[in-house]
Amino acid sequence: MSELLKVEDVKKYFPRGNKILKAVDGVSFTLRSAETLGLVGESGSGKSTLGRTILRLHEPDAGRVVFDGEELSSLNKEELRIKRRHMQIIFQDPLASLNPQMSIGQAIEDPLVIHGISSARERKERVAELLKIVDISPEFINSFPYEFSGGQQQRIGIARALALNPKFIVCDEPVSALDVSIQAQVIALLLELRERFNLSYLFIAHDLGVIKYISDRIAVMYLGQIVQIGPKEEVFKNPAHPYTQALISSVPKIPWNGKPTRHYKTLKGEVPSPIDLPPGCRFCSRCPIPLPICGEIAPEGKEISTGHWVACHRS
Amino acid sequence: MAPLLSVKNLHTYFYRPDGVVKAVDGISYDLEVGETLGIVGESGSGKSVSVLSMLRLIRKNGRIEEGEAVFDGQDLLTLDKEELRTIRGKEISMIFQDPMTSLNPTFRIGRQMMEPPLWHNLLGSQEARQKALHLLERVGIPEHKSRFFDYPFQFSGGMRQRAMIAMALICEPRLIIADEPTTALDVTVRSQILNLLQEMKEALGMSIIMITHDFSMASNFCDQIIVMYAGKIMEKASTMEFLSNCLHPYSQGLIRSTLDLDTMDVKLNPIPGSPPNPIYPPSGCRFHPRCERRQPICAEEIPALREVGADHWVSCHFAGGGVKK
Repeated sequence: MSELLKVEDVKKYFPRGNKILKAVDGVSFTLRSAETLGLVGESGSGKSTLGRTILRLHEPDAGRVVFDGEELSSLNKEELRIKRRHMQIIFQDPLASLNPQMSIGQAIEDPLVIHGISSARERKERVAELLKIVDISPEFINSFPYEFSGGQQQRIGIARALALNPKFIVCDEPVSALDVSIQAQVIALLLELRERFNLSYLFIAHDLGVIKYISDRIAVMYLGQIVQIGPKEEVFKNPAHPYTQALISSVPKIPWNGKPTRHYKTLKGEVPSPIDLPPGCRFCSRCPIPLPICGEIAPEGKEISTGHWVACHRS
Repeated sequence: MAPLLSVKNLHTYFYRPDGVVKAVDGISYDLEVGETLGIVGESGSGKSVSVLSMLRLIRKNGRIEEGEAVFDGQDLLTLDKEELRTIRGKEISMIFQDPMTSLNPTFRIGRQMMEPPLWHNLLGSQEARQKALHLLERVGIPEHKSRFFDYPFQFSGGMRQRAMIAMALICEPRLIIADEPTTALDVTVRSQILNLLQEMKEALGMSIIMITHDFSMASNFCDQIIVMYAGKIMEKASTMEFLSNCLHPYSQGLIRSTLDLDTMDVKLNPIPGSPPNPIYPPSGCRFHPRCERRQPICAEEIPALREVGADHWVSCHFAGGGVKK
């Protein structure tokens, strides 16, 4: 598999008064063609900001993003616009991400119009085809977003993202707002589309239960940095970072063995503010097993098995 | 011994300009002292309305059409407003999903917490203050003595939910209703809150109704589970019975759709379709349009909730041994 996306030491800071919020602080990874990277972390970890910075919806403050052989930050507006055909995004709140004044047909057609693709009649055919792909009957082409259920709205968002035959889609918590039975449907659809169109996903979620279904590799993010990244099986087999362990043990499992979990192993406190970060390891304040060095020096990433990196002094 | 709470044939309808929503359409269950009941369902299934009806906290266009909710010998649905007030917050308290909108933003946390015992004349103000401080510490608010004087906006989401739990406990209620208490929280905070609820339950011995869409959470936390769909109970059983012998196709689909970590390599097999329009629910069994095992009878006749095993109830024509005659 060839390398589609290369993210190198990307940083995105936001000014907060006279302080700086380091939302993304030196993130690197690669994504191959037709591969899915699951990006997991809690609110404030910077995962959404990272997704948007990769697409240059936020301008990065430092670092490089190379997509399909071209460095995105070197592109001018027009070049970027053309490049964006191949990079799309699906949002968490499907209703908020669809224009309420556009019929769903118009919403899905819009990217084709913007990129000047084909004639009006061909576009109509393409829209009908896209609706069929996401399993919505083309007879609803003139309906408006509010007329659909949450799951259907998310399907429409997916159809719009697919309109230009992208290679890469950032899925920013696409199922978090959906009902349980609909979550499974949307995940199944995304898996099917990946096979069919050879798509790569950066799949962002806060829940490992969702992410493990769809990912080939998993990256765990905490306060703007990746603390562990590796192949899915490896990460679950050896959750070397204490934060990864905490995320895994906080997902309730159906107690088929008849022994329900009544007390979860979990962390103390909450994710601290990404403003005024302490020196040393950012996880130190919540870590159940800190070492003296952790409060002083930030750990470097170590490769603990092939392609499996952990940033922890204990590894 | 009589159950602590006995809900019988509860119907709550909402009258909207475009029609009548039968949000809760004939549900019954009992809750014993010290028992934990999980009401599981998706949005619009009526799980929240079923408990809000009991406390008569539903919106103005809603009406309780029928049924009773006997709590400790009194039918909550026939009490007058004043009598109901002596129960709400004292005997039964609630924990809501969003602690920001359910705490009063203009009152300090401590002051808000003291209000229920003062209102119910249970404690004097000194004692109420002591108790509020004690509970804030107990639920794990750091620096609780100074935090007592904070406003809700100064608390993080997890701390607000802890404060809500402390406030729900302050009158030592016999029943706590927790409506999606962890949905708005981060995953590590979610497990902290579940641990806290469990500890409090063990220490104080109250009964809990937990409303959730998350079957894996309910199956760990609750003794008994009710699965609701489109205003009706589809299946009701003890958690252990549910896990070993779940019979309703909707419950089975809901479990299949639960994305937990154990079933890593199982192929996803979601329930097709989406929940029905609440104003025009399907005829017969409300789940039949999405059911893989539907038969002609399912579109015609509403299946009764039948007991198929020891305290295991299912509303399906085909569950537990063929068609009912």
